Amino acid sequence: MSIPVLMPALSPTMTEGKLAKWHVKVGDAVKSGQVICEIETDKATMEVEAVDEGVVAQILIEEGAEGVAVNTPICVLAAEGESVADAAKAAPAVATRSEQAPAQATPAPMPAAAVSAPPATAPASEPEWTGKTAHITVREALRDAMAEEMRNDGNIFLMGEEVAQYHGAYKVSQGLLEEFGDKRVIDTPITEHGFAGLGVGAAFGGLKPIVEFMTFNFSMQAMDQIINSAAKTHYMSGGQMTCPIVFRGPNGAASRVGAQHSQCYASWYAHVPGLRVLAPWSAADAKGLLKAAIRDPNPVIFLENEMLYGQSFDVPEDPDFVLPIGKAKIERVGKDVTIVAFSIMVGKALQAAEELAKQGIDAEVINLRSLRPFDTETIVTSIKKTNRLVSVEEGWPFAGIGSELAAQMMEHAFDWLDAPVKRVTGLDVPLPYAANLERMALPQADNIIEAARAVCNR
Amino acid sequence: MAKPAVKPKVESLAAKSKSSPKSSGPGDNSISAEELKSFYRSMLLIRRFEERAGQLYGMGLIGGFCHLYIGQEAVVVGMQSTINDKDAIITSYRDHGHMLACGMDPKGVMAELTGRSGGYSRGKGGSMHMFSRDKNFYGGHGIVGAQVPIGTGLAFAHKYNGSRNVSLTYFGDGSANQGQVYEAMNMAALWKLPVVYVIENNRYGMGTSVERASATTELFRHGEAFGIPGVRVDGMDVLAVRAAGEKAVEHARSGAGPYILEMQTYRYRGHSMSDPAKYRTKEEVDKYRTERDPIDHLRKRLLDAGLVDEAALKAVDAELRKIVGDAAEFAQHSPEPDPSELWTDILVGA
Ligand SMILES: Cc1ncc(C[n+]2csc(CCOP(=O)(O)OP(=O)(O)O)c2C)c(N)n1
Ligand SMILES: [Mg+2]
Repeated sequence: MSIPVLMPALSPTMTEGKLAKWHVKVGDAVKSGQVICEIETDKATMEVEAVDEGVVAQILIEEGAEGVAVNTPICVLAAEGESVADAAKAAPAVATRSEQAPAQATPAPMPAAAVSAPPATAPASEPEWTGKTAHITVREALRDAMAEEMRNDGNIFLMGEEVAQYHGAYKVSQGLLEEFGDKRVIDTPITEHGFAGLGVGAAFGGLKPIVEFMTFNFSMQAMDQIINSAAKTHYMSGGQMTCPIVFRGPNGAASRVGAQHSQCYASWYAHVPGLRVLAPWSAADAKGLLKAAIRDPNPVIFLENEMLYGQSFDVPEDPDFVLPIGKAKIERVGKDVTIVAFSIMVGKALQAAEELAKQGIDAEVINLRSLRPFDTETIVTSIKKTNRLVSVEEGWPFAGIGSELAAQMMEHAFDWLDAPVKRVTGLDVPLPYAANLERMALPQADNIIEAARAVCNR
Repeated sequence: MAKPAVKPKVESLAAKSKSSPKSSGPGDNSISAEELKSFYRSMLLIRRFEERAGQLYGMGLIGGFCHLYIGQEAVVVGMQSTINDKDAIITSYRDHGHMLACGMDPKGVMAELTGRSGGYSRGKGGSMHMFSRDKNFYGGHGIVGAQVPIGTGLAFAHKYNGSRNVSLTYFGDGSANQGQVYEAMNMAALWKLPVVYVIENNRYGMGTSVERASATTELFRHGEAFGIPGVRVDGMDVLAVRAAGEKAVEHARSGAGPYILEMQTYRYRGHSMSDPAKYRTKEEVDKYRTERDPIDHLRKRLLDAGLVDEAALKAVDAELRKIVGDAAEFAQHSPEPDPSELWTDILVGA
C-alpha cells in the first residue's frame, strides 16, 4: 500500500506554504521521526517529519515550489514489501482521494436556539414560614448553617485564614473548631490562590470544601482557580468532573477601609457560566441559602456583607429549612414602582420604600438573593404590575448587575415599562477613605428615593 | 530468543505495570523482563500516538494548541509504574502521554483532539482539557501551574479520607516559577500531604530556557524552604525514573509528606505545533534524539540482554501503529458533538 505524505499546516491559520527543501530523494528509506523536507511560510520555517515508514517512491512537489496548498500530497512512500514503481503508479489515485479529504470539518449550521440559553424556569417560591423562629444575627445564621450541614455530612470541611482557632476574622465560625476538630476546620496560610486551588482539588477528589475568603477582595488572588478550574471543568470534561465547593466571605464595602478592601464582586462572578452566585440579605437568607449552597453539587460563590453580620432577623428553627437557589423574594409588596436590590442594599431599599410611602409612592421591593441563576420571572411579573423599575447595587455601574437587569427587561418586559429603567449604583470611582466621600460614593436611601420618584415622574 | 508476549489491549499495559513487584533501581534484576517490555511498549505507544497527532494537526483535523510529548515518554511511563490505580494523576496541557500511560483509550483521546463526540470530553475540552474519573486522571490543565494546588488538593482528599493513596502532580520547568506552586508546596509540607511533585524539566518553557527564567536552576531544591526533599533524575532513562519514583511515592504514601522529583528530559518537537523553535539549535535537538532517546535506550537494553529480537520489536511497532491508526480513523469518523451539547454540563443537575 502506498502512503501519500501531505503538505502539513503549521498553524490553524496556514493555508499554503513553500516547499523549501527536500532532505530525501526517490529510493531513500524513511523512518518515522526522520526529517524529510522543510517548508516555509511568511512566519516560520519548519521541518516535516515522517510519520509512516517506507521508501520514497515519488516526489510530487519540487523543491522551491511556492503556494503549495495544505493537504496537497507532496511525496509518496512505498510501504514495506511494496515496489517503488507500484507505489508511484498508485500515487495519482491516492492524491485525488486525499485532496477530497476536508481539511477542516465543516461547522454545522448554528441552530437558532443556540444564540441564547434554553429558558430556565425559576424554582417555586418557598412557602410562607409559619413554624417557630429564632431571632438571630446573620453571623449566627451562617455559623449554624455550616454546623448543621457539617453534622450531616463528614465530607464537608471549612478552610480559610483564621477560621479555626480565631473563629474567623469576623467571628463567623465560632465554635466550629471545638465541635468538629482541626481535621475539618482548618486554618490556612495566607495563600488564597493556593488554598482555593487546593479546595478545588479536594472537591474533584470527592470532598465538599467550604472555602472562606477573609473578604472577597482577596479572592482576586484566587480568581483563576475559581473561574478556570472550578467553574469550567464540569463542561470541559464532558460532565465527568464535578466541583462541589462553596467560596464564601464578606463582599463589598465595609466601613472606611479604603479602595482595596471595599469592592463588590457580584457582577464579576455573575458573569461566569458554571458558577452559582448568591448574595443573602437577612439572617434567614443567609442560613437557608448557605445550606443550599453547601448541598449544591456545583461551585457556589456566596457573597456576604460585613455590615450585616451583626443584624438580627427571624430565622426558621427547623434544621431542614433550606431556600431555593435562583428565587428572588418580594420583601415588600407595592404597586407603583419595583425596586430590585441584593445584599445590604435590600435594607436601604426597604428604608427608601417606607419614606416613599409617606410621599404617596407604593414601592415593591425585590430581594434578588440569587444573581446566577437570575430570577427574571419574578421581576417581570412585578413590572407587569408597577410598570417601573429601579435597580440598586453597591458596585460600579459599568457592566454591573443593574446593566444586566436593564438589558433583561428590554428583552422580556419592554412593552410593560412606562419609563426607562433607572440604576442606582456605587459611583464610578475607587472607594474613597474620607467619611464624607465614602458616604457620597455608596448608594444611600436618598438616592433610591430620588430614582424612584424620577421613574414615577414625581 | 524469546518473543515478547504482545498483549492484545493497550489498556492492559499500564494496569499490568502498576501492580508489578517492587524493585530498587536501574540495572536491578528484579525488574522483570515482562515489565521492561511493557515500558518499551508504553513509551512507543505514546511516541506513535504523538506522531500521528502531529500529522492530523498538519491536515487541519486538530485545531488550536497541540503540545506533543515526544522525547519525554520515559518520565510518565516510569512514574506510572510506581503507583496503583487508586492514586491520582494530574498534569498540564502536555497531557496526551499521561493519559495513554494511565490506560485511557487512544481512540477517546484522539477523538477529543479532533473535537468529536467520541472524545473523552465529548469534544468540549480538546487537547488540553481531558479527564477520566475512571482512571483517576484529573486533567489536562491549560493554565500554567494551576494543576499544582489542585493536585495538592487531591492529596488532601486522600489524606482526609484516610486512603493511603497519593497524588502525582506533574508540571514543567516554566510552571515551577508560578507563585501558586509554592503556596501549594507550603501547605503540602505543613499538612504532610501525600503528593509527589514531578517537575518535567524539558529545559524550556516555550522559548525561554530554564537559565533565563529561574534564579536557581536546581529545581529539585525548590522545596527546600518548606523542607521538602527532592532529587534530580535522568528523565530519559525509564529505569532511573522508576527507581526514583518508587522512593518518592513510598515517602508520600508513608505519611512523610510531599516529595519533589526533577526529571531532566527534553521535548523534541516545538512547544506547540506552531513553534518554529528558533531558541535552540538543531544540533542540540539532534544530540538528544540520537544520543539520549529513551526509547532507543531501552530498545538497546532489551536487545543486549537478549530479552527480545528485532522481529519481536517490529511486531510491537506494527501492532502499535495499528492501534494508533485505528484511533486516528475513529477520531476522524466520530461525529462532531450534537448542537444540543452546547448547553449540557454547565452545571450539575441544571
Ligand atoms: C498562567 C499562564 N501563563 C501563560 C501561559 C502560556 N503558556 C502556555 S505553556 C507555557 C510554557 C510553560 O512551560 P513549562 O512549564 O516548562 O512546560 P512545557 O510546555 O515545557 O511542558 C506558557 C508560558 C499559560 N497557559 N498560562
Ligand atoms: Mg518546559
